[in-house]
Amino acid sequence: MPNYRIHKTEYIDETKRVSFKYDGKTYFGYEGDTLASALLANGIHLVGRSFKYHRPRGIVSCGAEEPNAICQIGSKKDLTEPNVRATELELYEGLEASSQNCWPNVKFDIGGINNLISPLIPAGFYYKTFMWPKSFWKKVYEPLIRLSAGLGKSPTEPDPDIYDHKHVHYDVLVIGGGVSGIIAAKMAAKNNLKTLLVDEKKILGGSTIYQNNESIKIDDKLSSEWLKNEIQEIKKLNNLTIKTRTSIAAYHGYNFLLAKENLTDHLPEEKKKNKIRQRLWKIRAKKVVIATGSIERPLVFNNNDRPGILLSNSIKKYLDYYGVTCGENIILFTNNDSAYETSISLHKKGIKNIIVDLRKSASSELIKQAESLGIKIYFNHVVTNTFGYRKINSLEIMKLSEDGNTTVGNKIRLSCDCLGMSGGWTPMVHMHTQSGGKLDFRDEDQVFLPKENSEDQISVGSCNGDFDLDNIIDKTVNKINKFLDIDNQDYQDTNIICSKENDKRNIWLLPNKIPLGKTKCFVDFQNDSTAKDIKLALKEGFRSIEHVKRYTTTGMATDQGKLSNMHALGIIADTAGVKMGTLGTTTFRPPFTPLTFGTLVGRNVGKFFEVVRKTSIHEWHVENNAEFENVGQWKRPWYYPKNGENMHDAVQRESKAARDSAGILDASTLGKIDIQGTDASEFLNRVYTNSWSKLAIGKCRYGLMLNEDGMVYDDGVTTRISENHYLMTTTTGGAANVLSKLEDYLQTEWPELDVYLTSVTDHYSTASICGPNSKKILNKLFPNLDLSDENFPHMSFKEEKLENINCRIMRISFTGELSYEINIESKYGHSLWKMCIEAGKEFNLTPYGTETMHLLRAEKGFIIVGQDTDGTMTPSDLQMDWIVSKKKYDFIGKRSLYRSDTIREDRKQLVGLLTDDPKEILEEGAQIVSDVKSKPIDMLGHVTSSYFSPNLNKSIALAVVRSGKTMKGQKLIIPMENKNINVTVSDTIFLDKENERLNA
Amino acid sequence: MFLINCPFCGERDQSEFSSGGEAHIVRPKQPTELSDDEWAEYLFMRKNIKGVQFERWNHTHGCRKWFNVVRDTSNDKILSVYKMGEKPPENYK
Repeated sequence: MPNYRIHKTEYIDETKRVSFKYDGKTYFGYEGDTLASALLANGIHLVGRSFKYHRPRGIVSCGAEEPNAICQIGSKKDLTEPNVRATELELYEGLEASSQNCWPNVKFDIGGINNLISPLIPAGFYYKTFMWPKSFWKKVYEPLIRLSAGLGKSPTEPDPDIYDHKHVHYDVLVIGGGVSGIIAAKMAAKNNLKTLLVDEKKILGGSTIYQNNESIKIDDKLSSEWLKNEIQEIKKLNNLTIKTRTSIAAYHGYNFLLAKENLTDHLPEEKKKNKIRQRLWKIRAKKVVIATGSIERPLVFNNNDRPGILLSNSIKKYLDYYGVTCGENIILFTNNDSAYETSISLHKKGIKNIIVDLRKSASSELIKQAESLGIKIYFNHVVTNTFGYRKINSLEIMKLSEDGNTTVGNKIRLSCDCLGMSGGWTPMVHMHTQSGGKLDFRDEDQVFLPKENSEDQISVGSCNGDFDLDNIIDKTVNKINKFLDIDNQDYQDTNIICSKENDKRNIWLLPNKIPLGKTKCFVDFQNDSTAKDIKLALKEGFRSIEHVKRYTTTGMATDQGKLSNMHALGIIADTAGVKMGTLGTTTFRPPFTPLTFGTLVGRNVGKFFEVVRKTSIHEWHVENNAEFENVGQWKRPWYYPKNGENMHDAVQRESKAARDSAGILDASTLGKIDIQGTDASEFLNRVYTNSWSKLAIGKCRYGLMLNEDGMVYDDGVTTRISENHYLMTTTTGGAANVLSKLEDYLQTEWPELDVYLTSVTDHYSTASICGPNSKKILNKLFPNLDLSDENFPHMSFKEEKLENINCRIMRISFTGELSYEINIESKYGHSLWKMCIEAGKEFNLTPYGTETMHLLRAEKGFIIVGQDTDGTMTPSDLQMDWIVSKKKYDFIGKRSLYRSDTIREDRKQLVGLLTDDPKEILEEGAQIVSDVKSKPIDMLGHVTSSYFSPNLNKSIALAVVRSGKTMKGQKLIIPMENKNINVTVSDTIFLDKENERLNA
Repeated sequence: MFLINCPFCGERDQSEFSSGGEAHIVRPKQPTELSDDEWAEYLFMRKNIKGVQFERWNHTHGCRKWFNVVRDTSNDKILSVYKMGEKPPENYK
């Protein structure tokens, strides 16, 4: 096996050999390697197939910007992870990784045929190709596209890993632990500011930490040596927290940032167990220093995507940091000085290399150094083509014309096994723009820079467009002193020597003799967008960068165009003949690198996903086989199946029992609001549609609450407990909103009212007993209470002791039966319930759930707010005009009840429906029409509630129908998938219109 | 995410609050005297300003108090907070 690890470095521990599997084959690396550096050490460049053309692709970079080396980790159904960047994944014993987007394997991939038919699949081909015939879309095109879409495979089982969240507050947050970040963190922490320094890598130091060029020195030391000292120093500072393997995912307003800390991703399987995998830091910082650095740009030329073509500085990092050379015969293709550092470093380690430079000439220290070492430099030359299928083996260069628009002279063919490219550097302005900052464009080296720094955040170092080391350090120190309002002198006498870049030449799309249509000049490697695609989009009329991006999918892959966006912009600007600065950029959206859902969700999974509210009687319901229904956060018994009953049978039995003898319902979840104060009656007058002034103490009244727009909002029974004391009940789901709405009016519109509101929903448990035998059961429970209609009539309230515990008993009914609601302090709820059940045994007292409750009230035509109403129903629409006071001057929503729209006769109105076939049960939500032949069919309304009533032995339904009030007796049709159901409009009250059962 | 300085509790995370839309829209004292158009003006019409905006906020998961906020919608900076019933600060008009 070839070995490309050619020298020792302090970052690779050669005593700790690590074995790993890649595409099923076992390899070795060392502790300190990333998957990418270990693969390169084994001579492996080819790591995947491109998304669209399935071209062989190799490792390009050494960091978060990597477009090609993304792999699938692990194979377990619950733990496998797609799209992991091999350049960031730290190697560990037992790691299993595989390449993506290829079949049967990365070396021979069937999809490679796409490369041959590429003229047929230009930009936007999805929109152009699959138009005809129409019937092909569902059966042929869509399944095919879905098959080939997407990268990698998602896990198919729940993620077993543990994730965590942490909230922290700091005076200063420094993002990025390169030279400027370290200086900023030291200055802040030494000045007594509580500081957090985060860096995505395993160790601090950025790209300076492996800097070894003699021409770049600080205080007479190599810059890397100097920085190591600084890092030792800051580790001693008490005020400073350093978090490595931690990357900022999002920078929100008010300096609220999310960071992802990787805790176990670098550990072998057995050491990961039972440990937190990743932690999401939620950071509030008074001030933020952005020191995220810059990333190197590729160059856009024909066949610039072959395996073996990397970024020049990545070649340097693999060499100087990991001890791995990317080739033995390397060509560096550049338009700036930084490739010369790579060249010199390679040369010193005995790796043959030559430089192709776009510039006509250059004269910095670095260039002189390279020249003096005898490194061959082709100035004013451009790479026009590369060769080699699975790896580059040679390339062609040509001379550039004076204006750089074309090539001149003869082709020169050079052999190589690796090509390093450097198109300059792009400042990482993601954090700045995410925080709301704007950008400026600097023509000189074609970079977008943070426009202004606010008092809350600042960019320093190369993310601010400062590239030379002396510039970086001087500016960072000055800016930080000013930003933090401190006077730190630590760096005043620092002596920096570095090479200064004097010459620049930028060409976004490099010239070529071959027509553009016949080249493959890749702009976006991961989504396979070429320069040709971008030009085509412009030709077809796209102008906005946001549109070109979406049409060509440039910058839309998992790397979010970190390497491609600038070139796309440059090519658009050049083609359209506009200045790049005027084009703007696409939006930099969080996250900077992908996050797993697990990290975002943290511990809020499974039973911690949402709050669950249970009544004090819950355990009894569980013991008695209740099926539960979620109502808001509450768990309510839905029905109680007996002896294998299905839902229908259980509900029929419960409903019949409640009307024939007695039923009992856990009504504890109804919202309860305690209202007190001298203006309580006036307050109720204003919030309900009916009048409350004359309600006697000890009496109850039903109320309907509207929104200011006149639409029904909530309903419930309110009891007057004493002169200035009421107890309001609300719907279960509406309780919190009603309280908040009432508070709003009290605090903002009517602060003069003496009224206090308290939510007491959880303070009381409620057992509601109904049915003809309910009075007898009450009599057994409360033998001293006079239950006669004279003493305790319908809609009244009594206080009575159960043994020695106070109960509030209301005689109110939601079923139309004689009915009592017993309220007791929650801690006694369970006992009360059991005593009721015991007392009711001889009367077949039957527990019933929400479904039976809904059925019983529908028989009586009582509405459920939220089921029979949807925010567009007025009281009149519900045929409830009787509850709207004509006398009251004002109440919430009154004025809206006679707006031109609310008094329309043809609004949707609540009606009853009876099916012609009494056994036919309608589907809730079904549409209602009068004529199925007309086209388009006129929709009149829909079914809101539908049940089979065992007490009437027929199907009943409530519905909202246009002009329904005037349609009684009329025939309508419910068109279903297989048949039309004939119905007749009826009254909404189906049972006991005279309310005789209330006093049975 | 905003940090909101509740006038009763101090600085808290936005997640504790809920927004109540535009401030200083007074409910008409005599709604019955209003035409449909006038009532609709109160009921439906709200400003959507790019710049300084007066808003109502409620400390829902805190003291439950409503209060007013002056916010620049172009950069989300909260310029001032004040209690219900207090006069809005003059210098932002």
